[in-house]
Amino acid sequence: MIAEAGLAALWFAGALAALQLVMAAIGIARDRDDVAAAVRPVAIVQGLLALLAMALLIELFLDSDMSVKLVVENSHSAKPWLYKFAGAWGNHEGSMLLWVTILGLAGGAVAIFERSLPERTLTATLGAQATIALGFYAFLLFSSNPFARLNPSAPDGLGLNPLLQDPGLAFHPPTLYTGYVGLSVAFSFAVGALVTRDVGPAFAKAMRPWVLIAWIFLTLGITAGSYWAYYELGWGGWWFWDPVENASLMPWLAATALLHSVTVLATRDGLRAWTIMLAVVAFSMSMIGTFLVRSGILTSVHAFAVDPERGAFILALLAIYIGGALALFAARIGTVRAGTTFDPVSREGGLVANNLLLSVILGIVLIGTLYPIVAASFDVQLSVGPPFFNKAAGPIALLLVAVMAVGPLLRWRRDDAKAVLRRVILPIGATLAAAIALLFVWPGVLPWAGLSLAAGLAVASVAPLRKRNLRRTPLFTYGMVIAHLGIAVSLAGMASDRAFTQETLVAVRTGEPARVGPYTVTLDGISPVIGQNWSALEARLTATRGASERILRPQLRFFANPPTSTNESAILTVLDGQLYTVLGQPDGQGRWQLRLWWKPFVTLIWFGGVLVALGGMLSLLGRVRRERRTTMRNQWA
Amino acid sequence: MRFALLRHAGLVPAPTVDLDHRRMSLRNGGSRNKPGMTGVVLAMLLPTPAVTQPVTPPAHYANVQLADPAKEASARALMETLRCLVCQGQSIADSDADMAADMRALVRERIERGEKPASIRDWLIARYGDYVTYDPPLSGLTWPLWLAPILLLGVGGWIARSSFRRRTR
Repeated sequence: MIAEAGLAALWFAGALAALQLVMAAIGIARDRDDVAAAVRPVAIVQGLLALLAMALLIELFLDSDMSVKLVVENSHSAKPWLYKFAGAWGNHEGSMLLWVTILGLAGGAVAIFERSLPERTLTATLGAQATIALGFYAFLLFSSNPFARLNPSAPDGLGLNPLLQDPGLAFHPPTLYTGYVGLSVAFSFAVGALVTRDVGPAFAKAMRPWVLIAWIFLTLGITAGSYWAYYELGWGGWWFWDPVENASLMPWLAATALLHSVTVLATRDGLRAWTIMLAVVAFSMSMIGTFLVRSGILTSVHAFAVDPERGAFILALLAIYIGGALALFAARIGTVRAGTTFDPVSREGGLVANNLLLSVILGIVLIGTLYPIVAASFDVQLSVGPPFFNKAAGPIALLLVAVMAVGPLLRWRRDDAKAVLRRVILPIGATLAAAIALLFVWPGVLPWAGLSLAAGLAVASVAPLRKRNLRRTPLFTYGMVIAHLGIAVSLAGMASDRAFTQETLVAVRTGEPARVGPYTVTLDGISPVIGQNWSALEARLTATRGASERILRPQLRFFANPPTSTNESAILTVLDGQLYTVLGQPDGQGRWQLRLWWKPFVTLIWFGGVLVALGGMLSLLGRVRRERRTTMRNQWA
Repeated sequence: MRFALLRHAGLVPAPTVDLDHRRMSLRNGGSRNKPGMTGVVLAMLLPTPAVTQPVTPPAHYANVQLADPAKEASARALMETLRCLVCQGQSIADSDADMAADMRALVRERIERGEKPASIRDWLIARYGDYVTYDPPLSGLTWPLWLAPILLLGVGGWIARSSFRRRTR
């Protein structure tokens, strides 16, 4: 019954999306305000129905209903509660349902909370949102039904990939999807504004919070995903330039660019066409990401399904939405007046440089990710990986960091080059000091440049607070300061990990010490451990550093459903870095393989990521508060 | 492949094989080629895991560092650019697959013998094709890839110029 109810909810939601689209179209084309007025409630109900379908799917997973195909293929009755719950989206169909649920809820949220946009533009926006949702409902209902039954039902399920059996699964996909889907809202706003020819500061101010929300979630999702990969895969790596990681990075790059260009549009009424274009690009990137991951065209831990038919379906959706948006863009762009122009040496100039560099990095990542697919069509198998991305995007990213340091210190409209130079003397001094100091411990070119620039950026990012009344400084200025500081912190962590990590690979007997960085690690013994759906060999390691002594317990874990083993790393986090330990195989002569890393300041990578997201939240709060105050003032006036 | 044994026992869903047979993906699980299926077999046979001998001991340098830190560093740098051919998007430096272990041993042995990383890389490319390196060598097919950054920067800069006001002075 539950499965059928879920399917029915999905059909109803799809039908409401169709209704929403038709009513929005009638409302705008025929100027029927009475019809347009019903679009909001329909959008809300559509979102709630999608949520209901998702909730019912989760219920099926929690019940371990083995008459449902998806549950059989991806779950097991002996799995811990949390992974039954999160396992609902740890597969192709479930993750697409989660996607469309968040899309529906985002549409509902726009319908409820968006009050500053002209009613016509809002109706067009919700119409665009319904068009996107409709495609995904069709995709679910016609080629990826999550509620399909299995007859006869199975005795038990096949289980979930143990690598996914981690609290990270409960957090990472929903966060990232909220980010992806949030960009669909920005896209719908852009389409809405194009339809009603309403591109201007008011539109930008209405769109900005939604872009910010998407961007915050993307930042958190990527940060969490990176840390998850870091501790779960057991090799100490935190970013692999894997196609699926790139698929999440590309929307983030586009969203970051959009966030900055929308500020120019809102504040100075410049970069109109470019901002609209970026909104289209940002959503295209999340669609391309979905396509790359879901089509199975790339092999990856994320590719649950390898199915050309589904790939073709998503590719068709991609073509329709992106093609449609670009056609609308081409048709209407003539009616968008050119925005205000400005001097190269100005805040706007800095933001244009930011957009340019972010777009170039985005282009490099996109081309690098797709290149193997293109090459394969010429019957050539090749790999594009970290060496390419580091060489091609690394220097540009560092240039972007330099721009980032200077940008916030520039004045709007026009600035004097000499005055700017005076303002950036301190950051430049910090960069040079760090650069010279680092010459004594030469860490390699990229890490050297990275650490030096991180020092400069850290000083520069707090500089906008100088000589200001800190209590009267708006919240969004603090947001910018903290987000930029977060980038400096994260960059320092990346460079430090790259340059100063120490590795020790040893086979040791019980009681035999091994050295890594400042630590001496001794294997005390190995013992068996039993978990709910796994058994493990657990090492007891004593790590000593000076007088301090800590115990670590890395595991070699065996799962029966499906039969797989994983290394559960044990990580000791201290103020100046992490000790990362992994238990490997025995050699048969009483020795155990150990992989040990000392990673100085590696935690800064994710701490920086969290700071960036925190900056985004402060900024969002500040903007929303100011908008509300202005609206109230206008009402009273 | 030790996977094959398990699959015949009906314990693992049939893996879907990519066009390129070197890259194999398991539909459900086992995907990142986590360490030794040996351990898994063990775990299934015994109620609790016990200390036993692995079936095929890995080559000496698979998990042992070179004594000379400079040589180890250059071996490590090379390993990070080499693709593990049986894994899903992992370098041989961070993979538990047997083949990655063998390739690590090969790289370390050759570096130990004094061979240059570039020549080891060329040897591997000659043997396995361009697919083995994450650093695509410049060729008729890859020059657009390597030119892309400069091209993008140029085109982007040209577009950005139009948003600036001409200096009237």
